[in-house]
Amino acid sequence: MSDPIEKVSIIISKGSLEGVYPGLIMANGARAEGIEANLFFTFFGMDAIHRKHWSKMKVATVGNPGMHIPTVVGGIPGMSAMATKMMSKKIEKLDFPSIPEFVEMISDTGAGIYACLASADLFGYTKDDLVDQVQGIITVGEFYDIAAGGQIIFT
Amino acid sequence: MTSKLLAGQDVEVDPEGFLVDASQWNKDVASAIAKEEGIDDLTGQHMQVINFMRSEYMAKGTAPNIRLLGKTSGVTVKELYQLFPKGPAKLAAKIAGIPKPHGCI
Repeated sequence: MSDPIEKVSIIISKGSLEGVYPGLIMANGARAEGIEANLFFTFFGMDAIHRKHWSKMKVATVGNPGMHIPTVVGGIPGMSAMATKMMSKKIEKLDFPSIPEFVEMISDTGAGIYACLASADLFGYTKDDLVDQVQGIITVGEFYDIAAGGQIIFT
Repeated sequence: MTSKLLAGQDVEVDPEGFLVDASQWNKDVASAIAKEEGIDDLTGQHMQVINFMRSEYMAKGTAPNIRLLGKTSGVTVKELYQLFPKGPAKLAAKIAGIPKPHGCI
């Protein structure tokens, strides 16, 4: 048997519902298997740890062929809100946690949660704009220090 | 499937060491599995989680996941990871003599 994975660092860079869930599921799943996990939020992915935005994340209906609707239709005002509502209902039915609950839970599992300094500077965010679970706004160098000895997954 | 001697009792286990037949379980078997997993002493709080897992499994046929455990067992997610550092849902199921929880959350 190959060596088991003992540590993962997962980067979440996208600010849509479907862009954030996979990274959260992988981090939570890693902890459930006893694997050390760190989450690093960068660029639009930072919405998932932003006090005002984390409960309002939406599904992308434009530029998303997986939605199986034409781009012009996806661009109609309200389409993204509607798709988000539909998906949120499905997610709830499957008994998946919402993004805020998921981030809180992952933090409780002992996973590290970090924000990207370059992105925070770009958007003008400070620690006060981010949720309490965020352990720090760190540089890319610090990220590599934290990720040392483990696998890195970019989403 | 193999037979294994745990706490002086022959039990059937799967390749990962989970009990195949939950009725072969007892507290001594639980302690023996826990020791193998690096938990030398099963405290009252450990047993609270283990008994909850068993009763949920007996009632529903599946083991609860970590989220459900944190919400309904009376032990928070944070405490669960302190009690079972190598993965609470999986480890508590193993010690409780029930199958591994199945699912992505």
